[in-house]
Amino acid sequence: MRLRPAQGQCPELAVFEYDEVRDARLFEPVAAAVEELAPGIEVVRPGLVVVAAQGPVRYYKSAEQAAERLVDHVAVRAGVEAQVGFADGLFAATLAAHRGLIVPPGGAAEFLAPLGIHELDQPAEHREDRTELVDLLRRLGLRTLGAFASIPERDVATRFGRAAVPAHRLAAGLEERPRSRRRPPPELSVTRHLDPPIDRVDAAAFAAKSLAERLHTGLADRGLACTRLGIRATTENGEELHRVWRCADPLTPQGIADRVRWQLDGWLTRVRLTSGIHQLRLDPEEVVDATALQLGLWPGAGQDQGEAAERAARAMVHVQGLLGPDAVLTPVLGGGRGPVERVRLVPWGDERTPAADPDQPWPGQLPAPSPATVFAEPEPVALLDESGADVVVTGYAELVVQPHRIVHAGRARQVVAWSGPWPVDERWWDEETAMRGARLQVLGTAPDGEELAFLLIRAGGKWAVEGVYD
Amino acid sequence: MSRSATATLTALGVGAAGELTTALARTLPVRGELAELLPWGGLRRGSTVSVRGSTSLLLALLAAATAEGCWAAVVGLPRCGALAAAELGVAVHRLALVPRPGRGQSEVEKTVAALLDGFDLVAVATSVTRATSRKLIARARHRKAVLLPFAVPWPGADVELTATPGPWTGLNAGHGVLSTRTVTVRATGRGAAARPRQARVPLPGAGDAPTRRPTLIPLPAPAPASARSPAEAV
Repeated sequence: MRLRPAQGQCPELAVFEYDEVRDARLFEPVAAAVEELAPGIEVVRPGLVVVAAQGPVRYYKSAEQAAERLVDHVAVRAGVEAQVGFADGLFAATLAAHRGLIVPPGGAAEFLAPLGIHELDQPAEHREDRTELVDLLRRLGLRTLGAFASIPERDVATRFGRAAVPAHRLAAGLEERPRSRRRPPPELSVTRHLDPPIDRVDAAAFAAKSLAERLHTGLADRGLACTRLGIRATTENGEELHRVWRCADPLTPQGIADRVRWQLDGWLTRVRLTSGIHQLRLDPEEVVDATALQLGLWPGAGQDQGEAAERAARAMVHVQGLLGPDAVLTPVLGGGRGPVERVRLVPWGDERTPAADPDQPWPGQLPAPSPATVFAEPEPVALLDESGADVVVTGYAELVVQPHRIVHAGRARQVVAWSGPWPVDERWWDEETAMRGARLQVLGTAPDGEELAFLLIRAGGKWAVEGVYD
Repeated sequence: MSRSATATLTALGVGAAGELTTALARTLPVRGELAELLPWGGLRRGSTVSVRGSTSLLLALLAAATAEGCWAAVVGLPRCGALAAAELGVAVHRLALVPRPGRGQSEVEKTVAALLDGFDLVAVATSVTRATSRKLIARARHRKAVLLPFAVPWPGADVELTATPGPWTGLNAGHGVLSTRTVTVRATGRGAAARPRQARVPLPGAGDAPTRRPTLIPLPAPAPASARSPAEAV
């Protein structure tokens, strides 16, 4: 429902922005209440928790009894109303829970068949690709899950692409992926001792990020990605906390970090802990082969479509698996004055945004051509006048004397031509990052006649090489 | 191809004929002066072309192919200037840099091999052993990629391009800006490339980047330091 009609029906309505952290925090008591009755819960997202039904159903004699107990218990403990549904598989069970139904074992396909095709696109999952697929299917006249499921899987794959295959499996009442998941070896778990123990949310977020990177790197080295993540925390007084998160898509480092942060947030603010958390451990409880799913992980990573882009993307992900995520960089051109600052090197898979707006005017920007070799950390160099003294640039960005000799990497060259200085006076309003200096193009000739053009920058009273035109 | 077969391909969603031909093109394009140097009139897929003497020459070799949709990777060249690449005509959004391809020989070999699987052009500026270089040449031939060893000895290359940069134009004592220079490139090699060729290539070339020339204001002749106002020097 849109906001205006909703307010029309309920004028007292208060509207909040979507905030996963808040949702996770508020959901923690519900998850905790369910866990008291049914051990081994998995949180799919804030608001949805799955439990293997076998245990509770047997204990409470019937599915109806178990559902009633769960609803009661959540209401007492967390003060909210819960809905419970039973079915084979996560997707069918979620839809059953929306309707408060108990679907008998083996009846998932039959239960799903008459439901609308829009059920494939659960708004809470925020999946753009699903929205597009559902829209397409509806326009093609496939209005129910049953109609979609009746198409052979091979035809779905050829007509709608690989992304549609999991959706097709869901519509047919199957699990999203075939059951080929393997139990990961225990050494893939990562543990971190936190000293001092954390008791604040911001510290938790920081710890989550570094731990998530480590877990992901370890998995990527083996070509794996995690679909079920176990988070285990131990407090100083020995309290053990454990929660499993389950995901439809393999988790990216950011995805892992988010879930750890949400979970820690929930524990720190909602559960009465007697002391801070001093040990944190992440277990990949279920992993899938990363390569098959890799391209889907970062939609929109490259603007290019097509087979060549796909092959290149796969190769880059492979290299990232070998050397780490920062090993493969793609340049993004942006605004700025020097050749170094105009290029931002983005690890493959990250968002390709320039560091500075290239469309702004950049007075003092160096004209093309740019040096083919650039030094991200400028290398010291000596630029000397005829008497052997340092060449100084005045506050008016003028050279006081003519440069005569340039000594770089132990090699002296005679300066035959130069130009500039191009003054640089950046961010003078900010003491930390302010930068005042001047750039100079210098052409030097070695005794053997070899000519080399340098781009020099002077800052803090010292010359340095920023680039070589080779 | 018969009419009905064409119709079926279209129905299957296979792209236009142009797409098919580029996918199967045996030779990747390079700009005019460089094409004359190469026995195949371009970079033949599966070949190894070693480059020495000029980073600009390497980037210029990547330019035309990436502009037409090929992907290029540059390995072991942490100081590769992406801005210069863009000015020479490289489509930088199809350029990947792997500045540090691992520590040992085996890691370098694995990295380059993985890149040869997916990229059309792979430039390598890390020195490798004779055995590794042979393996990578074979890999490039097998995967129909072009291997471009840069500034490292690489026995077994099909063609070796050696650049000798000439004098720069545009820069004078105290004024002007660097504009262009003529690089003499000498090609030697085996087989079809056995006859040595030589060409003079302007780098950057006239048609490369839309160069923005600032209005040039000649600087006043330098005066003794004492005559300057005491403004803070930088």
